[in-house]
Amino acid sequence: YAPPGTTSQQQRIEKILVANRGEIACRIMRTAKRLGIRTVAVYSDADKDSLHVKSADEAVHIGPPPARLSYLNGSSIVEAAVRTGAQAVHPGYGFLSESSEFAQLVEDRGLTFIGPPASAIRDMGDKSASKRIMGAAGVPLVPGYHGSEQDVEIMRLEADKIGYPILIKPTHGGGGKGMRIVQSPNEFVDSFLGAQREAAASFGINTILLEKYITQPRHIEVQIFGDKFGNVLHLYERDCSVQRRHQKIIEEAPAPCVTDEFRTHLGQAAVSAAKAVGYHNAGTVEFIVDTKTGHFYFMEMNTRLQVEHPVTEMIVGQDLVEWQIRVANGEPLPISQDQVPLSGHAFEARIYAENVPKGFLPATGVLHHYHPVPPSSTGEVPMLYAGSFRVETGVEQGDVVSMHYDPMIAKLVVWGENRAAALVKLKDCLLKFQVAGLPTNINFLQKLANHKAFEEGNVETHFIEHHKDDLFVDPNNKVIYEDAYSAARLGAKLVAACLCEKERSAMKESHSGDPSLLPIWYTHPPFRVNHHAQRTMQFECENEYESSSSKPLMLSITYHPDGNYFIQHQQIGENDAHILEVKASNLGNDNFIVEADGLTMNVSLAVYTKGQIKHIHIWHGPHHHHFRQKLGLDLSDEDETQHKTSFETTSHPPGTVVAPMAGLVVKVLVENGAKVEAGQPVLVLEAMKMEHVVKATSGGVVEGLKVGAGQQVSDGSVLFRVKVSHFEFGSWN
Amino acid sequence: NSAPCLIANPIHHLQTKRFSIGILPDGVNRSSDNFVQNSDAMERLLSDLQSHINKVLAGGGETAVIRNRSRYKLLPRERIDRLLDPGSSFLELSQLAGHELYEDPLPSGGIITGIGPVHGRLCMFVANDPTVKGGTYYPITIKKHLRAQEIAAQCKLPCVYLVDSGGAFLPKQAEVFPDKENFGRIFYNQATLSAQGIPQIALVLGSCTAGGAYIPAMADESVMVKGNGTIFLAGPPLVKAATGEEVSAEDLGGATVHCKTSGVSDYFAQDEMHGLALGRNIVKNLHLAGKQGMLSSSPPANLEFKEPLYDVKELRSIAPVDHKQQFDVRSVIARIVDGSEFDEFKKLYGTTLVTGFARIYGQPVGILGNNGILFNESALKGTHFIELCSQRNIPLVFLQNITGFMVGSRSEANGIAKSGAKLVMAVSCAKVPKVTIMIGGSFGAGNYAMCGRAFNPNFLFLWPNSRISVMGGAQAAGVLSQIEGANKKRQGIQWTSEEEEKFKAKVMEAYEREGNPYYSTARLWDDGIIDPADTRKIVGLCISASMNRPLEDTKYGVFRM
Repeated sequence: YAPPGTTSQQQRIEKILVANRGEIACRIMRTAKRLGIRTVAVYSDADKDSLHVKSADEAVHIGPPPARLSYLNGSSIVEAAVRTGAQAVHPGYGFLSESSEFAQLVEDRGLTFIGPPASAIRDMGDKSASKRIMGAAGVPLVPGYHGSEQDVEIMRLEADKIGYPILIKPTHGGGGKGMRIVQSPNEFVDSFLGAQREAAASFGINTILLEKYITQPRHIEVQIFGDKFGNVLHLYERDCSVQRRHQKIIEEAPAPCVTDEFRTHLGQAAVSAAKAVGYHNAGTVEFIVDTKTGHFYFMEMNTRLQVEHPVTEMIVGQDLVEWQIRVANGEPLPISQDQVPLSGHAFEARIYAENVPKGFLPATGVLHHYHPVPPSSTGEVPMLYAGSFRVETGVEQGDVVSMHYDPMIAKLVVWGENRAAALVKLKDCLLKFQVAGLPTNINFLQKLANHKAFEEGNVETHFIEHHKDDLFVDPNNKVIYEDAYSAARLGAKLVAACLCEKERSAMKESHSGDPSLLPIWYTHPPFRVNHHAQRTMQFECENEYESSSSKPLMLSITYHPDGNYFIQHQQIGENDAHILEVKASNLGNDNFIVEADGLTMNVSLAVYTKGQIKHIHIWHGPHHHHFRQKLGLDLSDEDETQHKTSFETTSHPPGTVVAPMAGLVVKVLVENGAKVEAGQPVLVLEAMKMEHVVKATSGGVVEGLKVGAGQQVSDGSVLFRVKVSHFEFGSWN
Repeated sequence: NSAPCLIANPIHHLQTKRFSIGILPDGVNRSSDNFVQNSDAMERLLSDLQSHINKVLAGGGETAVIRNRSRYKLLPRERIDRLLDPGSSFLELSQLAGHELYEDPLPSGGIITGIGPVHGRLCMFVANDPTVKGGTYYPITIKKHLRAQEIAAQCKLPCVYLVDSGGAFLPKQAEVFPDKENFGRIFYNQATLSAQGIPQIALVLGSCTAGGAYIPAMADESVMVKGNGTIFLAGPPLVKAATGEEVSAEDLGGATVHCKTSGVSDYFAQDEMHGLALGRNIVKNLHLAGKQGMLSSSPPANLEFKEPLYDVKELRSIAPVDHKQQFDVRSVIARIVDGSEFDEFKKLYGTTLVTGFARIYGQPVGILGNNGILFNESALKGTHFIELCSQRNIPLVFLQNITGFMVGSRSEANGIAKSGAKLVMAVSCAKVPKVTIMIGGSFGAGNYAMCGRAFNPNFLFLWPNSRISVMGGAQAAGVLSQIEGANKKRQGIQWTSEEEEKFKAKVMEAYEREGNPYYSTARLWDDGIIDPADTRKIVGLCISASMNRPLEDTKYGVFRM
């Protein structure tokens, strides 16, 4: 018998297969590389050219895009590890990271699973079981029902006992999927069945638990770490209260407005929880804190590295992936509890491809322009291993954010001496984070970060809902609308100048080499006899809060002999006589220095074309605007009838309902010809494992419904049309 | 002390010594009274010019412009802007044609013409202005259209007709229809230009009625815009009167009919923007049309060029408003040519005509500029210089400021008429591009010898201070009053000096009016009035456009020796 540890030392990990994709795969590979460990990526067809594949030493194709056929296919991943000679498998987060079967499978093939023991995953994976174990270990629990009885009537009686509001939650899985809050008994049955259906679709197991719903809670979690010698320590807590759709968007460490005493109690409770299941490797114990009473309750334990682990790394100055590998190697924890430093404050903001005004619906599309915070704003803090800010990303410009996986584009992580200093950096980095091509939540994150309550640290899980009036623009609010409109008008003027300047540089390049192209006809500014050359540009301002009725902006640009542009709005019914003189210099790569009204600033542009529309994004000062410009018709089609179709693509007849996102039709609730009322659900779409009910926009008769359950639909495709029926008019009389 | 230096570093020595042949001196005394007076006078002239230009840029008035916009139609200059390569220059011609010529104003003569590049290929644009009298052709409209075709023929420029016209202006049919240089000549030119391989492209952006219908029909390729573009020999009212048939304009001659059924038009455009884009595409596909024989002939212009050493804006202060005031034309040349470098030919001989070689935007030119009355020697020198340039295929630039040839017994005895005839012969026959700029007076035979309108310069522009007439007003008044006085005397009528002065004033007034650049430009005796500060730019563009042709051999007539 060899003593424990010896065998592990003999089999030190030299090559890791990362059973994941996106930013976390890249993140793990980065540490592995630093430690001299080679890496193997796995990828589906959709990820053939993605960053995590490029970052690895080797890559193995494991299947088609749907996750269940690729990243959730445990056996082919293990095969890939064996084939490439990897000694260990790192599961990342999501996918198979909390599958005890997978962990077991890995160990059974003689490989090391970089994570907790399969038994701990199993214990903690079943939320009812985990609560029983925690209760026994003396960790405080929220009142609720965690029984095996799943009959809807019995559950309803249990709910009555606990008292409303009630939280319905699948026992398996996470990420808020399938969760429902029920305010009153009469909503219970519908919500319960919906949660069951979603749980079955997402996790394959549809058991549900009930809990008292805490109305003003905070979500605080503790990072713990254990080694194979039974040592467990905690690395302080993270506050992940700011959530939308039950998913975190801004996390921070340490938790604001928390006493040292509370912090110690919380840490001890987390360590006890981990010890109760014989835990080793990285884990997170989530607590719900009732802000009214100050009590905390155990919620669940995540037996993996969390998405938000970087904020902890920033304040303790440790690389948690390195710790994971060392623990998996059989090494003891590198430091003891009293050696864990706590330095400064860190934030993480998750940049998602999503449609904020449409209820944060996941968005898909091409990252036509992707410039995370420019490196110049990095300030190195030598004490910490990663400096004062990090961008964790798994995508590059030109990549597609597909409907197959999580729509997270990047994590922006900043560190500061204290919370206020870190927040300043967060705001700055968010301003400089440039994404164009698909809708993102960056603007929303900026509003969050700038909100007074957030600045003060008054966070709680209903933060967004409570402050929605401040965070969402009400299109009917005249003052905000006017401010936004005048900023957009300035943006349009700057865009016009930059486009002219860009055209000029392009012209200069294309004509400089060819003498037959008469360079003197292309000098700047373009010459006109006895007057100045003028041109007009028309933009539509893409306003994320009112996508349908954006006002066109007409600009007239006059080329002045000194090379400057005089730009004026030509708006009917508006007297904007102000002529803005703009001097623009092209720095290349769509970066410009612009001088307007005595103000010099850096301006960035992103220009791409989709169909007949040119999209232009501009970042100027604190603003980011998105304009559309109609292009001329495609010259390849001269036939009248062919043009007809291209004319009609953008507008649908009234009453037409289009898919709000790309997704799978899971259920069609009515048939063609059925009479529906406004707001009545017509079909259920599923994307990113979230159900979305498509409702009738008005009362009437459903027509043209051609989709059926199981059918994939693309973003914006026509689903059906509601024709206002004569009965409807008749019934008013 | 230069000898050791020469041995040590000969190149350095040459550079420091700078035998800078050809760099012209500044030649302008900025503190002189003349400078200040000329500046002020020119400022007034330019502000007049600007106000006239602003009027014509506005087209046919607000109501007509709004009506035009309501039909989703652009103004003619905007149409041209969208056809041109983005950010490129446009050499517009005769902006003030028709100025105070008719009872009603006819801005720009109702038609916009000019030259600019499309996909790197220079084209002549001819665009009707539908906001001016419905785009109908007045006599001056026809003249301007024909002038554009003439330049196109001379410079081998593809023609792009932006058609939006009601045809001939019927009340003036006698002046527009029957004569040689009238409406019919447009189609004759289209046919003969096309025959020479010069592409003829018509974009039907509006109506195109009666005679106008032949513009697209005669074109090599044509585009029609749905809804706005119509082509018919007779419009619906005339059809009804003639045959009783009732039919809408669109059904009678819309884009659908002509692109699908009749074949009168080739490209169907959904809207005006689409039509203009199709027009650009046609030019893109011209390839070698009209370029036969010129591929090897024109050497590429030197891309590297220096700006003049002196401020071009000072040209506004050099040109005197008083034509008796002499100025050195070299100070003008110094502000037009690259690096102010001018290699003067026969500098010491016939000094009243300055001749020499230079470059403008890298393009070689031979310049002839007046520095006073033409004498025998000056005329012979000019003839010699023109011969040199035509042999070398160097385009000629004439800077006219001429009161005429020297008169008097000595001059006549020396054969000034013979010398002048030599110069006129050389100017007429030289087959190199010629550009004339009138920078001062242009009187008498001097106008002819320095390549006036009759001598077919490719382009001719005026400075606002210039004057053209057979002789100066004062001289004419003198001559006429002598004749009149003699007449009166023969009839035995007493002519008081008061009456004589009155008579003289009347003559002078008429000469002043008719010699005015606006009088000239309204009648298309030139291609436009320009700001002196734009001279370099415009001459550069003119030469560039003119060199777009195959080399031609010059053959002179009989020189009287």
